[in-house]
Amino acid sequence: MTQLAVVAVYLFAVMGLGVAANRLLRSTSADYLLASHSIGPVLLLMSLFGTTMTAFALVGSTGQAFQVGAGVYALLASASGIVHPLCFFLVGVKLWGLGRRFGYTTQVQFFRDRLDSHWVGLLLFPVLVGLVIPYLLIGIKGAGDVINGVTRDTFQPWFESSGYGVPQWLASLVVCGVVLTYVFFGGMRGTAWANTFQTAVFMVLGVLTFVTVAKGLGGQESLLEDMRAASSQVEPDMIARTKIPQSVYFSFLLIPLSVAMFPHVFQHWLTARSARTFRLAIVAHPIFIMIVWLPCVLLGVWASAPKAGMEGVPPDQVLAAMVGNEASPVLAGLLTAGILAAVMSSLDSQFLCLGTMFTTDVVAHYGGKNRFSDRQIVLLARGFIVAIVAVTYVLSLISPATVFGMSVWCFSGFTGLFPVVIAAIYWRRLTALGAAAGILTTVVAWAAMFYSADFGANGRYAFPKEPIPLVGGLAIPPMLPVVTITVATALVMIAVSAVTRPPSRETLSRFFGE
Amino acid sequence: MKYVVWALLAVLVVLHQDYWQWDNATLVWGFLPHTIAWHAALSIGCAVVWALAVFYCWPKDVDLVPTGPDPLPGQSKSDYAAVGSAGIETRDASGEGRS
Repeated sequence: MTQLAVVAVYLFAVMGLGVAANRLLRSTSADYLLASHSIGPVLLLMSLFGTTMTAFALVGSTGQAFQVGAGVYALLASASGIVHPLCFFLVGVKLWGLGRRFGYTTQVQFFRDRLDSHWVGLLLFPVLVGLVIPYLLIGIKGAGDVINGVTRDTFQPWFESSGYGVPQWLASLVVCGVVLTYVFFGGMRGTAWANTFQTAVFMVLGVLTFVTVAKGLGGQESLLEDMRAASSQVEPDMIARTKIPQSVYFSFLLIPLSVAMFPHVFQHWLTARSARTFRLAIVAHPIFIMIVWLPCVLLGVWASAPKAGMEGVPPDQVLAAMVGNEASPVLAGLLTAGILAAVMSSLDSQFLCLGTMFTTDVVAHYGGKNRFSDRQIVLLARGFIVAIVAVTYVLSLISPATVFGMSVWCFSGFTGLFPVVIAAIYWRRLTALGAAAGILTTVVAWAAMFYSADFGANGRYAFPKEPIPLVGGLAIPPMLPVVTITVATALVMIAVSAVTRPPSRETLSRFFGE
Repeated sequence: MKYVVWALLAVLVVLHQDYWQWDNATLVWGFLPHTIAWHAALSIGCAVVWALAVFYCWPKDVDLVPTGPDPLPGQSKSDYAAVGSAGIETRDASGEGRS
């Protein structure tokens, strides 16, 4: 019960932050949506990092390390340290410049303008929203799992089917309500503040979680001895990478490319005060990833030891169960708040972004800028956000995939669109038809493989299923679906662009100069 | 220097694909799995290389884009075509709330 009270206080504090930001809002749409392009280096670093680190980074990484061992850090943390800053550098800075020059608020606006085509936007909008849904699902499901995990055996004799803890459906519902409240009140400025606050919270409490659990598992004199004791109990195959198929390892390098097409990250990029604001985020991002991922993965590895007592615990509840077992109720409440901070700092940006996309790319674009009053636009945006969150919430109750598995599928779809955004920025010859064909290829390939993988339930799905022999003893090994999706998208986009008409000379000169 | 930085990035990618130590189950300092230690060092290496990248390879044209916060309402006409407020309660200069 104490844990729940601490979590409730934290949730109220975050809502208060949104209301406080509302007091300082300027009455321009650019402030609501992009914080008037006033965000400096520290706030940009914290909000970008908080946005990209979701339940996937904490709940998912610990759960996956619990299943396959220490190699999970290599799979995504160090890969993201290379690739995320690359995306900020090659895509983010460029799109920030174009956004400032031409007044974009959403990706769809950029693609419509760059490709001289309205219907590219019509195609891209549902694809982006469709891919954001599994991303939201990760957070909503992760938050519910965590609260359920730390409150187990608290409410006897109620909630028997949920282990006498707060049911996942109820916890997820409350978290959605909290995030919706502070996003509706605070806009992008409130979201950036909440992100920064929550990123600091989950980084500090994450380290505290690590120390607390290590002391609980080790029971020695010093922290170093505690960690040595915890690691000594782990099986060698969880210390090495033998549980991870070598053939899929390379494929994971492509997953972080997804950040280049996240709609909410695009919106955060545009909040930057200047191009140089990006520099701190680019340099510090790999270190921040290490600070969060290293303890989480190590905790998952320790949880796999028989003495940790985690046998039979679902992977997504391992972190919460360890916190519940090893920390005092007050500390467990604080640590839970830290985990929820990571989850909510992504959900808020995604909620805000959905409303922005709907009002900008659909309502204003097709209805006309002056057709609706401010109040009507507000109602439409809120209605759209609530509808999407409701759909995602229902899906979170029936989704068979783990947080980690669903994340990889979601990111694979966004990575599939990476060739399209890179070509739009750097390749003059990209055509509207080429981009549309690429987007459709991503959709078809992703959907076909997701279906083949039993809607994400088959965590070992690879394509091709068996190595395909080539000449000279070479073979195409089984890989993550992301490789096939991305390569197919790039090839189709290039082929179709080569045989169709590029945008007008005026358009190209606006983007590339004469 | 620009090419050196991009070459260093390529080296980081190669070092990330460390198949040669796939079965290494040793513990660094008695508690840290070797694979985590290697890749944590790689994360630090990434920060160093990206620091070099923003110093030596920074695109010149983006610094020419107008910077700083947007002007307050009434000071000059906004360039922004964006409409819609994502359902946010707002407050005008007089302090009265509107939505």
